[in-house]
Amino acid sequence: MRNGDARSAKLSVEGATKYYQTRTGIVHALDDYSMQVREGELVCVLGPSGCGKSTLLWSMAGLHGLTKGQVLLDGGAISRPHPEIAMIFQEANLLPWRNLIRNIELPFEIKKLPPAKYRDRITGLLAKVGLAGFENKYPRELSGGMQQRASIVRSLAVDPSVLLMDEPFGALDAFTRDEMNLLIQQIWMETGKTIVFITHNIAEAIFLADRIFVMSPRPGRLSRTFEIDFPRPRQLSLNTTPAFIEVVSEIKGAIEHGGGHQAVDVV
Amino acid sequence: MPDDLLRDKIPTFAKKGESQAGDVSLANWSALTSGPGVRTWFEIIAIVLVAVLVIGGTELWISVFKVPQYIFPSPSLIGASMIRDFPVLWPHILVTVKELVVGFAIGATIGMVLAALITQSPFAEKIVTPYVVLLVCTPMIALVPLLILRFGFGSEPRIIAVTLAVYPMVMINSATGFRRVDLAKIALARSFGASTLQIYWKIRIPMAMPMIIVGLMVGSIFGLLTATGAELVGGKDGLGNRLSYYSSLIQMPQFFACIVFLALIGNLIYVTFFLIGKKWASWEA
Repeated sequence: MRNGDARSAKLSVEGATKYYQTRTGIVHALDDYSMQVREGELVCVLGPSGCGKSTLLWSMAGLHGLTKGQVLLDGGAISRPHPEIAMIFQEANLLPWRNLIRNIELPFEIKKLPPAKYRDRITGLLAKVGLAGFENKYPRELSGGMQQRASIVRSLAVDPSVLLMDEPFGALDAFTRDEMNLLIQQIWMETGKTIVFITHNIAEAIFLADRIFVMSPRPGRLSRTFEIDFPRPRQLSLNTTPAFIEVVSEIKGAIEHGGGHQAVDVV
Repeated sequence: MPDDLLRDKIPTFAKKGESQAGDVSLANWSALTSGPGVRTWFEIIAIVLVAVLVIGGTELWISVFKVPQYIFPSPSLIGASMIRDFPVLWPHILVTVKELVVGFAIGATIGMVLAALITQSPFAEKIVTPYVVLLVCTPMIALVPLLILRFGFGSEPRIIAVTLAVYPMVMINSATGFRRVDLAKIALARSFGASTLQIYWKIRIPMAMPMIIVGLMVGSIFGLLTATGAELVGGKDGLGNRLSYYSSLIQMPQFFACIVFLALIGNLIYVTFFLIGKKWASWEA
């Protein structure tokens, strides 16, 4: 690791190891995983299903501890949820008994901040993601894509500096997923937030990331790192260029060589 | 403790459409709280017409076949008695309603608090559950003679019987609600820094609300049953007491008037919880 990396690391994971006690025995989910994420960087963690990606992200969010190793934000260890870090989950995870605006106000209620003071910010964010006018709709009245956009607004509204995204678009159809990836790129370019994005979809990772950390199957280890230097803003047409497909096959090859298997999607 | 829950589970969730452990099927819920809605004038007219036919038909049947009054009084006689004897019956209605309301309030509070406490610890739940099931399955009216020996013929033994009938019903349903742990939603609240108490108020209680309301509804109807039964068994007042009084005198119009008043109380309970469910738990259906 170069010196510069360590110094400007916004978020770093050092030797993360995690064992779970389950009914059927002990699961070794993470094994000595380390990575450093620079300030304002968009990185993807790519790996097959069940490789410990979510475990890694939940530890980074301070939602559960590690058996060994640590997570550092700006040099300070994360042991519980941190106000500078917001998490976006696999499912949109909206509360079905609250309408859209009350869902977005949930973090403010928890942090005991008056939502009225942040109303302009929330309205602006809703307009940006195309949800203006849906404030009083309930989650069941919104499509999957709209729900996930609402959950992104909910996380952005409290203005964290780090966004952790746990396969947020895995449940969406391919077209909606493309739209959402464009939206994430746009939000990232406008806000300069540090984003860690977890996915098992190689094309999604390449489209979004500055760097890709490839994980091996369980127990999750860092198997390789790829720098992705396609210019930004990236267009959806990028996905069909020969250069893009070459990167896809390179990463796919790396995963298969590293003991990986077909559980990784190539779209 | 929610914290431990998060620590010990691998964060993978059932995909949409797959039912999760502890999920309550919607059928359970909707059977009690959502009837078919009336939409058109035709439906309203048809409903009124059938009601008129049933009541008028009964009236006609009784007068044509000369059914004796002591077997089944005609609807018009029952209606007349409800109006004429209302001043006499009103204090008894109040007694029954008071027993029901007081017993229900105590029982429902005990039930909800116990449910919230017991679901905190699966171990405690395993120990307590058999006793709760025993209470749910035992008709509490059976205890009334014993309670009368101790507390006399006033309202007290009946209020105690209502409480004993209500709280296990409320508890068992509320506990089912509190057990519906959605790890993802708790994790969401935790990721924004929510405390255990905040997780209860913002996630667990709203999530349990549909089942709590079902428990309150079933509990209150059991409460009415127990209050009436307790008055029948022994007591100096209340609608149940009037039932045994009028039947012993073979005053059947008054007897049936009491039954109609009991039915009205029951229906009032149903409509109340139906509306509460519409307001607080409509997201479930």
